[in-house]
Amino acid sequence: MVSTKDKVVELEHAVIRFAGDSGDGMQLTGNLFSDSTAFAGNDFATFPDYPAEIRAPQGTVAGVSGFQIHFGQTNIHTSGDLADVLIAMNPASLKANMNWITNEAIIIVDTDAFIEKNLVKAGYESDPTIDGSLNGHLVVSAPISTLTKEAVRELDLDNKSAQKSKNMFALGIVFYMFNRDFKQTFSFFEEKFKKNQLIVDANKRVLTAGYHFAHTIEAFANTFVVEPAPLEKGLYRNVTGNLATAWGLLAAAERSGRNLFLGSYPITPASEILQELSRHKQFSSVAFQAEDEIAGIVSTIGASYAGAIPVTTTSGPGLSLKSEAIGLAVMMELPIVIVDVQRGGPSTGLPTKSEQSDLMQALYGRNGEAPVIVMAAQSSADCFYAAYEATKLSVELMTPVILLTDGSLANGSEVFKIPRVADLPEITPPVVEANDPDYQPYKRDPETLARRWALPGTEGLRHRIGGLEKENGSGNVSHDPLNHQLMSEIREEKVERVAKHIPELEIIGEDEGELLVVGWGGTYGVMLTALEKMREEGKKVSMAHFKHIKPLPSNTEEVLSRFKKIIVCEINLGQFVNYLRMRFPGIEFLQFNKIQGLPFLVGELKEKFEALLNE
Amino acid sequence: MQESIDVDKLQLTKKDFESDQMVKWCPGCGDYSILKSVEKVFPELGIPKEDFVVVSGIGCSSRFPYYMNTYGMHGIHGRAAALATGIKLANPKLSVWMITGDGDSMAIGGNHFIHMARRNVDLNVLIFNNKIYGLTKGQFSPTTPKGSKTKTSPQGTFEAPFNPGELVIGSRGKFFARVVDTNPKHMAEIFTEAAKHKGASIVEILANCIIFNNHTHGLITGRETKADNQLYLQAGKPMIFGKDNDKGIVFKGTSLEVVTIGENGITEEDILVHDPYTKFPGIHMMLANMMPPAYPAALGVIRSVKADTFDKEVWDSVEEEKKTSPLKSMDDLLRSGNTWTID
Repeated sequence: MVSTKDKVVELEHAVIRFAGDSGDGMQLTGNLFSDSTAFAGNDFATFPDYPAEIRAPQGTVAGVSGFQIHFGQTNIHTSGDLADVLIAMNPASLKANMNWITNEAIIIVDTDAFIEKNLVKAGYESDPTIDGSLNGHLVVSAPISTLTKEAVRELDLDNKSAQKSKNMFALGIVFYMFNRDFKQTFSFFEEKFKKNQLIVDANKRVLTAGYHFAHTIEAFANTFVVEPAPLEKGLYRNVTGNLATAWGLLAAAERSGRNLFLGSYPITPASEILQELSRHKQFSSVAFQAEDEIAGIVSTIGASYAGAIPVTTTSGPGLSLKSEAIGLAVMMELPIVIVDVQRGGPSTGLPTKSEQSDLMQALYGRNGEAPVIVMAAQSSADCFYAAYEATKLSVELMTPVILLTDGSLANGSEVFKIPRVADLPEITPPVVEANDPDYQPYKRDPETLARRWALPGTEGLRHRIGGLEKENGSGNVSHDPLNHQLMSEIREEKVERVAKHIPELEIIGEDEGELLVVGWGGTYGVMLTALEKMREEGKKVSMAHFKHIKPLPSNTEEVLSRFKKIIVCEINLGQFVNYLRMRFPGIEFLQFNKIQGLPFLVGELKEKFEALLNE
Repeated sequence: MQESIDVDKLQLTKKDFESDQMVKWCPGCGDYSILKSVEKVFPELGIPKEDFVVVSGIGCSSRFPYYMNTYGMHGIHGRAAALATGIKLANPKLSVWMITGDGDSMAIGGNHFIHMARRNVDLNVLIFNNKIYGLTKGQFSPTTPKGSKTKTSPQGTFEAPFNPGELVIGSRGKFFARVVDTNPKHMAEIFTEAAKHKGASIVEILANCIIFNNHTHGLITGRETKADNQLYLQAGKPMIFGKDNDKGIVFKGTSLEVVTIGENGITEEDILVHDPYTKFPGIHMMLANMMPPAYPAALGVIRSVKADTFDKEVWDSVEEEKKTSPLKSMDDLLRSGNTWTID
């Protein structure tokens, strides 16, 4: 007899979504699957989807926690539109995710959780696994809770602890489907629960039981395999955007030879950067959890004056609170990196959801003419390089930088090729030597217009700076009308000249033609995927995607003017497109906007672009 | 570091700290005498002149950094405590002086102020308390006495004022002193005490705004009234004051009381002896609260309690982590945990 195990179908890529109650351990399950995906040699990206509440009412749709992984044998740029496999640990998680799976998706459910009480909580009138509403899907109904209990029966484990490992039963089923090895997962259990051998054994047993269950019941006509992706040789790891941001900042501090100072206040979805930096005092980096957002940035400005690599991290509402202090840093021409992990706004908005709606605030949200460098990271892994570059620009050019990331990048993860710090660009802050006879606080480098960094404690450089307008050169307080005009223009020009220090805008696809799709920041992966799909189908479409927003790359206008139609896609109501319209009034821009707290789907972008080509 | 330096070897004088900028306070402003006292104290502290940083917020008092030839920063309204905290954390070797006023640190900067005190950051904080907004021309502040008529309280204020000392002690502050702008010698002595104390050394200066709130501290500083309304506290000494040096403070029931020595059988023995070093805040709080006409205002160091400073604890922890962490560089960190190789 041929076992179903022997029938293996090769897939180019697949999307799996693990969903359950927020206490069901779906994030861990997803992470363990990600680890095994890494060891299988696939490229992948993940995205967690969890409620704003820590433990929303059990069994309700509001309390569903999800984790999606997209993996493939080709390069993967997004966490995937719709899932090919859904694991639903209860009725609410099925209900919450029915719109996010393909029409043919395989659905694995814990039938033990599909009881009257839970169905009612989820808002079902009848059991969807038996009333025909899942027709078209392959539904694998497994009494996961019962079988988990059974699997650990011989262990001296109470029922509550036993039920905690039921997520591993579901993982075992998925491991079977995708022909995965247990080895990595087992060593994770041994490490994680090394103080409690009983829990190690329980998890191993339950995972194995899930695997064998799937095999035994011949739930699937075949299993699947996704071959390794053609990744460059090297050492890899999985990073979330927030982790990559924290590490990019640390790497920049190390490369500059100065200590990092982070002044920050906890805020979703940026807190992980503060948490991560709090763990690395061994690099002489100080992470100061301030009493509020304002103290977060202001303490950082103090540290900047004293010579630290100055960083503050926040999300939209926090950026609003920091506005006045950003103006102070602009006036004092001190370096500071302000990381804004954008979330849905305005006000408290959608704290756990992503948006690109802080762009105008980053560009203009201050009193006075207060230009700063504005950058946006393009992927979770790119957060490392974006944070590094933001720090380099800020300290070398003595100018505040706002780095925009977003909730999707921050919490999403992707494969990251580990660099060597020595291979990253040098960072050389313009620190003044003691007793420099030429030192004047606002004397500038003629090329970059940057003033120099004179650190308290250095002999012969005592000086005062502050929020009042300064005389160019001497730095004395000045209310002179012409000096104010000069200084206002210098501050703007200094930021515009940064264009000489950033890469030119690249075009993906033909250098000129019918349609150019434009985006910025976190939409890179999904737009690239849409573009690649269209180009595979032979359609002529090109993309320009911005990482540098102020200043724009120096060739921006020239690139844009080579295309007949330009469409700017953003997760907001059109902030970047209006910035481009203002900068380039002679160019016509179309726009495509979505503001639902959700990323673009490849499908909807493709549809929009194709419609434009067919017009 | 700072303490090991020989004062004489540095040979600093007042001149070393005078700036070339024109001082622009109103003629007769109390801030002039504060500036003079600070200029007198700095050269005597044994600290190299480049290690001083003077930081301020916004207000009349906050122009101070421009008038001192040190490293200095004139910040934004209310945020001097946060600036100073960042400077001290980034470089604990510096002697950081925070200059602020009753509006700057009791109103818009209240939050930063209490947290700076609570954390015990090693700063020297001078609050110029003139009980009015001077720079904005005469609105009431959080320390303006209830009922005062000002530009924004034509019927008199309806709100109870803060007492800075009470706020400092209530925020678990370890050092609080009070001085008057009319006694430069005492100011210099107390600023020196503040500089020597490790931690947030907070000094309230009863300063006169000659334009918008003249004589607000009149009872305390007036030539005729001051002797009966000032109590100069000294550690280990009885709390005796008055024109004839015959008044004293005793503790009775649950509060302090003013008594006269020689009346009702009271002798000097009965008078409370000042202990600024006790960690118990009860008497310190009561002393900070005493105000004329019922009591004299307590001047001098009211509270001075030894405790680890925030900046020291942070940097001790850095040193400890450097010793114990297996991660010696970013390359180590990048390669820690789950990684895999593609050949």
